[in-house]
Amino acid sequence: MTDAPRSFQEIILRLQSYWATKGCAVLQPYDMEVGAGTFHPATTLRALGANPWAAAYVQPSRRPTDGRYGENPNRLQHYYQYQVIIKPSPKDLQDLYLGSLRAIGIDTSLHDIRFVEDDWESPTLGAWGLGWEVWCDGMEVSQFTYFQQVGGHDCRPVSGELTYGLERLAMYVLGVDHVMEMPFNDPDAPIALSYGDVFRQTEEEYSRHNFDTATTEMLLRHFEDAEAECAKILSQPADDPRTGKRIVMAHPAYDQAIKASHLFNLLDARGVISVTERQAYIGRVRALAKACADAFVTTEAGGATA
Amino acid sequence: MPDLLIELFSEEIPARMQARAAEDLKRMVTDGLVEAGLTYASAGAFHTPRRLALSVEGLSEASRDTVEERKGPRTDAPEKALEGFLRSTGLTMDQLEIRDEKKGQAYFAKITHKGRPAEEIVAEVLEGAIRNFPWPKSMRWGAGDLRWVRPLHSILCLLSDEQGARVVPMEIDGIAAGDVTRGHRFMGPDEFTVSSFEDYEAKLKRGCVLLRAEERAETIWSEASSQAFAQGLELVEDRGLLDEVAGLVEWPVVLMGEIGDEFLDLPPEVLQTSMKEHQKFFSVRDPKSGKITRFVTVANIETRDHGATILAGNGKVLAARLSDAKFFWENDLRVVKEGGLEAMGEGLSNVTFHNRLGSQSDRVARIAALAREIAPRVSADADDAERAAKVAKADLRSEMVGEFPELQGLMGRYYAEAQGLSPAIAAAAQEHYQPLGPSDDVPSAPVSVAVALADKLDTLAGFWAIEEKPTGSKDPFALRRAALGVIRLVLSNGLRLQLRELIAKADGHAEVEDLLSFFHDRLKVHLRAEGIPHDVIDACIAMPGNDDLTLLVARAEALAGFLKTEDGENLTQGFKRANNILTQAEQKDGVEYSFGADAKFAEGSEEKALFAALDGAQPKIDAAMASEDFASAMAAMASLRAPIDAFFEAVQVNTENQVLRRNRLNLLSRIRTTCGSVADLSKIEG
Repeated sequence: MTDAPRSFQEIILRLQSYWATKGCAVLQPYDMEVGAGTFHPATTLRALGANPWAAAYVQPSRRPTDGRYGENPNRLQHYYQYQVIIKPSPKDLQDLYLGSLRAIGIDTSLHDIRFVEDDWESPTLGAWGLGWEVWCDGMEVSQFTYFQQVGGHDCRPVSGELTYGLERLAMYVLGVDHVMEMPFNDPDAPIALSYGDVFRQTEEEYSRHNFDTATTEMLLRHFEDAEAECAKILSQPADDPRTGKRIVMAHPAYDQAIKASHLFNLLDARGVISVTERQAYIGRVRALAKACADAFVTTEAGGATA
Repeated sequence: MPDLLIELFSEEIPARMQARAAEDLKRMVTDGLVEAGLTYASAGAFHTPRRLALSVEGLSEASRDTVEERKGPRTDAPEKALEGFLRSTGLTMDQLEIRDEKKGQAYFAKITHKGRPAEEIVAEVLEGAIRNFPWPKSMRWGAGDLRWVRPLHSILCLLSDEQGARVVPMEIDGIAAGDVTRGHRFMGPDEFTVSSFEDYEAKLKRGCVLLRAEERAETIWSEASSQAFAQGLELVEDRGLLDEVAGLVEWPVVLMGEIGDEFLDLPPEVLQTSMKEHQKFFSVRDPKSGKITRFVTVANIETRDHGATILAGNGKVLAARLSDAKFFWENDLRVVKEGGLEAMGEGLSNVTFHNRLGSQSDRVARIAALAREIAPRVSADADDAERAAKVAKADLRSEMVGEFPELQGLMGRYYAEAQGLSPAIAAAAQEHYQPLGPSDDVPSAPVSVAVALADKLDTLAGFWAIEEKPTGSKDPFALRRAALGVIRLVLSNGLRLQLRELIAKADGHAEVEDLLSFFHDRLKVHLRAEGIPHDVIDACIAMPGNDDLTLLVARAEALAGFLKTEDGENLTQGFKRANNILTQAEQKDGVEYSFGADAKFAEGSEEKALFAALDGAQPKIDAAMASEDFASAMAAMASLRAPIDAFFEAVQVNTENQVLRRNRLNLLSRIRTTCGSVADLSKIEG
């Protein structure tokens, strides 16, 4: 039995080293504001095409509507997801996953681990898959999904995706009731820091900003800019006049799709999007994601053969 | 006769799909076996979260040889045709037979199909079943193309008899059938081989898997009940939840835990719903206080700390969930105490009911006006009914119903009570949705009845006005259920309502007769279940006052009872005979014989007796009808049976004497009129 981890960061480090030993490329977070780890191009785009892929990474994620000024025990507008994606999904993915729980100190002979039906769908990414939410003693600790479609394309082969909500999982493992009280580094470190020491103030600041201050006209303008830029990038001819090479700019275009998605989330938090408009915005983001997926599958990384 | 055992072992199958899938497997495999010429004695299907299993007993060893006879071309047909026939049958010329046909001679072929061994057929049928399995949703995984509900890991496929067991050779997308499976994910993960169904079930149990869902459900139920009983508590029954939980575990372990004191003041239904929906917990009630004080969770594992860790974790999750529920409850109560349900319901104007029928608040206003109209007819206070209708849907805007839609109505009742509204109005908030189906309780409190009727009539008349009626199996707005609701409200409360008038009041654009006949159709379905045939109802629908359903049903019940008697059956025949003779004569002569027959032209004693009987019965029937005493009316009508039978026995209606004939036809007309004042017997079949 592994000894119990003592801090938030230790749980992250253990997941990193576990998945590294299982052969995943341990990537770094994507340097843009995203709503979930799935948005990282290492998942969204790499799930497409026939090339094998195995990656694991932490992804800081932002959900402006979930801001609670740092007061709610487990709701945050900025939080971390741990993401694992393996293509094709290996036969023993469930066992690999259970191994990762053991690695962070969850004794599977002492807890009740359950795979409960949960079909995943992302309307903004035009993606869906089947799988489960994984329960540990009645608490959801991960999402487990076999991708069937991304950006409107069938996934062949199928990727297996694991998403851990790190704060919630860590709170459970560490036995902490309020996220802000969770030890971030080792509690015996010379300068011991709690999650609250690191994030309480920023949760307050961003909650105020997201709900009341962000300039909606600007957000709307930027949304449209991102949309236009994405289209412009994708409309360029594949052959680059400067180098004479074939360079399809799927990733720069996808950055714009990510931006549009985050701007939409901010607009949503500002409460300026009506119920009927909502669907239209989601459709616009999805159209961008699909266009990027269409472009990516024509590239080498997307499995196209020259 | 070998037995067949199949197990399809996969990653976790959604609980809601398991039972259906096991039955589908049984159906597809057994149908396929039979179609291929095998027979079997019995078959049973089983399911757990990770496996579907099928046991078929007494399967035949092989299918029999069969002979197919095929007719070929005529003997004088061109050479080419004969060549083609030989090619398609795989026979040679000398194997063909020549037979005489109506027009010359033709070739006939007899093709013998050899019987095939069970192995071959099973392999083929199972592969077909797997590839075409009707999962509600299926997926691919890895690099393969096979579809299953979740990744399929192994196939066990065995034929076993006295000589032992043999694996049925088959392979599907790289998964080869074998005789190996494994037990519980954590408590029995090692592989083992299986030699028969009994061996399979026994070894699974040793590997901590209960194969039978009923056994898992029973274990859960009895263990949970006895744990509750030991504490002087009782388990709240929930069959649906029991079946679901039995589909989530292979080895049920029942654990009972406490609910924090701070949550015990929440309405019990809130506790129950939150625990069930989010956590799949059973509720445990204190019979003395009626409060939910504990929960039961079903784990899938036995642990060395006897579930202490699991229970603590579950308790923590529950506390977080119930904190949310408490937060909603307190917020809702604050809104209600400050501004009443009226304030809570303000947002209903932003909720579209249907784009052509306006918002929910438009609808509430219509229902309130209609409830006011209905109130005096159901002995309800009109002001109460209107007020109740105005607040009955306010809880749709409460935070609690936003989280738990199934608590609509009930929360309205709690909030109405908290606001200090009268018990009648509070009850109506909950009861006006009822009855929700053929077996749901029907409200009887007058205010509830008024609002329940107004709610349903508004829905029906509204959708009729915009021509959105149910068609075939499509009834997206549950209009059949609404109509049945009205019918049950009227009948079980003995209400005397004129539906035509109420429909017109509910929505002036609704086609009244069309909607009324929809009610009549639903009434027929409802009464058929009570044993009243549709022709009897038709005979009563043809009478005046058919929009008064209580009257209509009283008439139908009396008529149905009457028709079961010998008098009733014979009278109907007599009536039909009279009606037929009369109708034919009226058509032939082009006149209507309704002048009134004159007794002075009566000849024989039978004819005179019929006059006397009709004279005697008519005032009795009229009086009984006037007081809606259908049974007495039927009894009076029954007294006509003997005279009518005797009349037809002795008297010829269409006689040469035109005076007599006219008088007799007019006499028949009196029979028609007299019987017709009770029901339209011409609609009675047979």
